[in-house]
Amino acid sequence: MQHEEILHRCFRCGYCKLPGNYTDINCPAYLSFRFETYSPGGRMWLLRAWLDKKIDAGARFAEIMFACATCGNCVEHCAFPEFRDRILLAFTAGKDALLEAGCAPPAVRDLLTKLQNYGNAYGKPVKKYGEWAEGLDLPVFSDQEYLFFTDDVGTWDPRGRDMARSVAQLLKTAGVSFGIIPEGLRSDGNDAGAMGETALLEDLAKKNIDVLRKYNVQKIITLSPHSLNTLKKDYPGFGGNYQVFHYTQVLAFAMGRLTFSENPPPVKIAYHDPCYLGRHNTDYESARMMLRATPGVTLVEMDRSRKNTLCCGGGGGNFFTDLLSGGDDSSARVRVREAADAGADILAVACPMCAVMLEDAMKVENLDASLRVMDVSEIVLERVGQGDC
Amino acid sequence: MTSDLIARLGKIVGPRFVSGEAEERYLYSMDQGTMPPAVPDAVVMPADTEEVRQVVALANELKVPVVPMGAGLVLSGLTRALKGGIIVDMKRMNHIIEVNPKSRYVVVEGGASQGMLQAYLKKHHPDLKHSMPDAPPIATLAGNVCIHGSGHLSVLGGSHSDMLTGMEVVLPTGEVVRTGSCSVSDGWFARSPLPDLSGLFMGWSGTTGIVTKLGIKLFPKYRHNDVLVFVAEDADLMPEIIYRLTSTQVAEDMTPWMTPKPDWARGFLHINIAYGAHTKKELIFKRNLLQASVREYADQKIAGFLPLPPPQKGRFLKIPSPDLARFADLRKGGGFEYVGAIMAIEKFADAYRAGLEIAEKYQVSYSLGARIIGAGHCMMFFFAYAFNRADAEDVRRASDALEATNTAALEMGGIPWKAEEPAQKQIIEKMDPETFALMEKIRSILDPNGIMNPGNWEKK
Amino acid sequence: MSEKKTPIKFDPELCLKCETTACLMNCQYIDFADRGEARAEKLKINDGKDSRVLHECLTCYACQEYCPFGNNPFFLIVDRQEEQGILPAPKPIVTEQLRMMGFKDRLVKQAVAGPVVDMCAFPMLTGCVRGKLFEGASVIVGTDIFCNIMWLHFAKNSTIRDRVPRAIGNIMHYYLEDAGISELICFHDECYGTYTSVADAYGIEVPFKPIHQFDYYNQRLDKLKDHIKPLNVKIAYQRPCSNRLCPETDKALDEIFEKIGAERVPRKHDRKTALCCGGVPRAHQRDEFADTLVEKNINDMLKTGATYCVFNCPFCMATLGQEVAEQGLMPILVSDLIQIALGD
Repeated sequence: MQHEEILHRCFRCGYCKLPGNYTDINCPAYLSFRFETYSPGGRMWLLRAWLDKKIDAGARFAEIMFACATCGNCVEHCAFPEFRDRILLAFTAGKDALLEAGCAPPAVRDLLTKLQNYGNAYGKPVKKYGEWAEGLDLPVFSDQEYLFFTDDVGTWDPRGRDMARSVAQLLKTAGVSFGIIPEGLRSDGNDAGAMGETALLEDLAKKNIDVLRKYNVQKIITLSPHSLNTLKKDYPGFGGNYQVFHYTQVLAFAMGRLTFSENPPPVKIAYHDPCYLGRHNTDYESARMMLRATPGVTLVEMDRSRKNTLCCGGGGGNFFTDLLSGGDDSSARVRVREAADAGADILAVACPMCAVMLEDAMKVENLDASLRVMDVSEIVLERVGQGDC
Repeated sequence: MTSDLIARLGKIVGPRFVSGEAEERYLYSMDQGTMPPAVPDAVVMPADTEEVRQVVALANELKVPVVPMGAGLVLSGLTRALKGGIIVDMKRMNHIIEVNPKSRYVVVEGGASQGMLQAYLKKHHPDLKHSMPDAPPIATLAGNVCIHGSGHLSVLGGSHSDMLTGMEVVLPTGEVVRTGSCSVSDGWFARSPLPDLSGLFMGWSGTTGIVTKLGIKLFPKYRHNDVLVFVAEDADLMPEIIYRLTSTQVAEDMTPWMTPKPDWARGFLHINIAYGAHTKKELIFKRNLLQASVREYADQKIAGFLPLPPPQKGRFLKIPSPDLARFADLRKGGGFEYVGAIMAIEKFADAYRAGLEIAEKYQVSYSLGARIIGAGHCMMFFFAYAFNRADAEDVRRASDALEATNTAALEMGGIPWKAEEPAQKQIIEKMDPETFALMEKIRSILDPNGIMNPGNWEKK
Repeated sequence: MSEKKTPIKFDPELCLKCETTACLMNCQYIDFADRGEARAEKLKINDGKDSRVLHECLTCYACQEYCPFGNNPFFLIVDRQEEQGILPAPKPIVTEQLRMMGFKDRLVKQAVAGPVVDMCAFPMLTGCVRGKLFEGASVIVGTDIFCNIMWLHFAKNSTIRDRVPRAIGNIMHYYLEDAGISELICFHDECYGTYTSVADAYGIEVPFKPIHQFDYYNQRLDKLKDHIKPLNVKIAYQRPCSNRLCPETDKALDEIFEKIGAERVPRKHDRKTALCCGGVPRAHQRDEFADTLVEKNINDMLKTGATYCVFNCPFCMATLGQEVAEQGLMPILVSDLIQIALGD
């Protein structure tokens, strides 16, 4: 197994369980299950024990490994410099080894099979990839500056589609030159890679690269931070070199081109930093710049923000496999409670997975009367004057 | 039996929070130190005192051992189930129940962590703080108090058990008792003037009950904080230096340290002296007092304060210091353990030399240091040895060095702190027999079925 | 060591003829009743006798600048302190720092291209070398090329004699020789002082040409003049002790400030009457005195209405920066101030 040589170096000191300000447990799997085994240190030691044949690869071990949301809190807060950069890589390699050993939770197997067979997590035909944009009159990518790339959730999930449509409309309103590709694109592959299926990531990426090549795409705006992450970091290794931006990174600098409606109602907004935009790609500002530039918005910060953000629990395939749900302390539920405690009227998100996860959690927590989960573009768009562009 | 146990525990805490699976049994069988594994039958995570009570009642009924566990960071293997049974992982009970700012105390649940309390106070009571140990922030308050821990306010307030104001404890027979003022009044402000029953639960290594709530003292949090680092070369001077520095009654924390790494530090004896003040003027006044107390050494040019520009002080002011956890990476092998001996300060030089000799003899990577407790009333002198967990020979060397250190500490009149099971036996050997007999008498009354963390504080 | 050492370049006859004893009379930290007393103390120093100056010296280097004959009065003081075993700081403080700053022998040959910037032992400052100002520059850094001038503050001329030639050897062997480069930009003027003033006085051979940072900046600013957006700010300058070894560069600094539109406000403690930042006295265990130096420096700056406090020396900035910022002035290094003017 790759990175095997670092496993025993973990001291299990537990800095990885907490955010940098220690406010509360910040590892989604540990938060939900609370056994030491589900903490990053637990995973390290169990992987070592498995390789040393001290434990067998069973359903519990597989759940422990695949429940990791790859949120990067452990990488951010581990006390050991250098070592920490390899924590998630070791977990990914461990998941890869478990898959090789034929040991994966059924939900993970199902997800990977769908990704393999259909090219997306929803088992939908790639020909209908552009369905999400119906009625928006978005141009097919030809000579525009950017391609707007939607991930599986934005493409197929109803809530994700709302968000994708909102972002597209706002890009249009702000005069950003972009087009879409109506068919043929697959899942970005980020979560396949995070689940240890690097071969599948490569396959998906190469198929996408073929499509992108046909359209001669150079610059990409992604809906999802997960797409941003893999397009930036993995695709170059497969021959796909693009300038990639998250939509907030483009819109943050286009806010001045928007005209807002007069006297918007004041609103308190807590922004939820997505792990793959923040911790994985160190952008904590673009979305906040957008919100700050929106009239009537007061930003409030939750105890856990920026580097200390609490993951919605959707990363690493968990959005689809749902291994982290089931208790009162799934991180999505804890997160919406935290937003309510911060006095927010709106919990702002910038990732379609976060949008779905947190909106569902809000309903479970019966907070829907006092809190709304909205994507940053939806918030801005709601306050842009009618008919302006 | 085990499946029945799991099922019945599941009825108490819910099936999600009990496990008899191989993964949990493996991981909870050991800690980060050198003690050999001891496998529990089950791990359970109660949500409140009532669930703890029911778990203990069940254990009595089934005559199954119960081992309470906080963060499991003691390093000396005290949360291993030496005779099997149920490990009660307390960390779901992590709520902060009450802060009384005027009487400066906080009441927390038995699994509340140091870091979470620090964050809570910072947000809700920015002018209060508690004494943090240098354990990682996930370490629990209850665990640390129960082992007589010490920390960043120990010169000011003594050991963490001295800062305890009361407890709620589930006894080995299932009764829920309170100690301190909260047994009489609504407030958790003091252990006096009652018979001090809290002592029944501190230093006993989890053999007398499970602490489900505790009150601890809070202290003023200063706006201005500083640290001085005093450097000397002669270990024999250290008791007098410590005596003089503590005589000022200004420091919150004093931690001598002697390490061979980085190279420049080898052979020097440093003392970090942390202090704070409400104003800058007061801070400078306090600094001057500290400096004046040891001016004689500076005038003789034999010791002095390291010149540290403000940006270099940051790492010394970080609480808890991540340097402690980082020591585990010294051998790139994820392990360290230490003997922390509670001892008289005049033994400083002896302890230092013994540490160097043992490190040399066993060829172990070491770090020596101490935390001064009270106004120079005693110290916790630590002899820490890092090892590579993947190298059995390295682990054995560290283990041998620890054993030799326990022996040396006892010979110097010190007492190994949070002693591992074999070291407990060494202590018992030296203990007044009547004292040990009293311990046994108390345990037989409290725990007639012998279910509480058995194997600890036993002669044989 | 003492038998073999090359004596400091010092002419006692020249000193005897001096009619001002400017070296000691101008000293801002030791008071003398009159010139007679100052001269008497100076003669004691010259003769290798004990003098109160050897005990009270703040080691600020200023007398090097005050001496009208370039007769190295400060270097002589340091020699005499060491000869007589007079320690300005406690022994463990000095010994520990000697080890801390000792050679680590970790260098590997590195291809460099001009301009080569010597960042001395300040690895945390390598980020300063950026943008148009340092276009194409290579940076060399680390204790293995440490200029070692700091030992002047600790009565350790022997260390300077011992380590400076080796550091120079390292610079040549690991960097300059193979690249065929003969010039070295000194980011810190302590280095420049070492390779000019100290090297000359101690008889140390320097095979490269040290370039002072200010001279380099001036030359760059001339080339980049179309990029300069004048800052139009008032700045208070904290002149460091090391600049006493190269006072001629102070004029170059004035030129820089003029070019970038920064007004160096007149303050009491600038130029010849610059005051120590307070860093070294703390090592000498004189914290209370250091406090008064900090206070004097900052009060003096505040009176001027300056926006920035500009530092030449990174150590001064580490010592004073936080305090300066708390008082509402922005602490900044000369190079960073220039970067702002260049829009980098």
